[in-house]
Amino acid sequence: MTSETARLRLKSWIFTSIVVFSNPFGDFFLKRGLPDSAHLSTPLEYIAALFQPLVAIGVVLLIVWQLSRMALLSWADLSYVLPVTSVGYVVVALIGKVLLHETITGRRWTGILLIMAGVALVGGGAPSTVPRKAASQ
Amino acid sequence: MKWLVLAVMVGATTAGEVLQAAGMRRHGEIRDFRPGAIGRALAALARNRFVIGGMAAMAVSFFALMKLLSMTDLSFAVPVSAVTYVMETVLAKYLLRERVNARRWAGAALVICGVVLVSL
Repeated sequence: MTSETARLRLKSWIFTSIVVFSNPFGDFFLKRGLPDSAHLSTPLEYIAALFQPLVAIGVVLLIVWQLSRMALLSWADLSYVLPVTSVGYVVVALIGKVLLHETITGRRWTGILLIMAGVALVGGGAPSTVPRKAASQ
Repeated sequence: MKWLVLAVMVGATTAGEVLQAAGMRRHGEIRDFRPGAIGRALAALARNRFVIGGMAAMAVSFFALMKLLSMTDLSFAVPVSAVTYVMETVLAKYLLRERVNARRWAGAALVICGVVLVSL
């Protein structure tokens, strides 16, 4: 493995971690912060809801999620990003277990193991198989 | 009706993500993460046709998901959305010309089975 592949792989792992944690926590804060749908009927009430502290944290995390995923795609293949970021499903299941005390059934544990095996298989390989340039910044 | 909305969602998600991947590849590898450089990258991306097209498709996909969730529940919507994984991987190979080797196919297959089991 070349040092260039190793560099891109490390960078990809760091950004994959940001992607898979910002998404579920963003959703979580958004759901916690939003008032009941009964209080969300006019556009003004939607805008006002954005200034609720928990909703604002959720929105910021979801922006971080989308931007970090785009950054990842600037150097990694889509056929690499898709499988490795699916570790997010595992993060969601574990958050449910640890924070919300949900039980994880045998079927879900099997699914988690399959996802982790797929992520390890793809994540251990090279992130990019096409020539790319550095962004002109 | 449920299947029509589902088809719209799967089609829009696939188109959106493939366009976004194409746009980001055109932009080139982001190496500089200082605030000024990120600002310049965002300004360049706002003029990137592939990225704009991808955002539009993802907006369609988002509203289709809302509509779908009002007709069915998550345990139907999430596993079926694993279909987009298959379509996007195929398009990554033939449209984006990525070299999807046996290792990536095997990984994608494991992930798809896993996602269906986790979300059922």
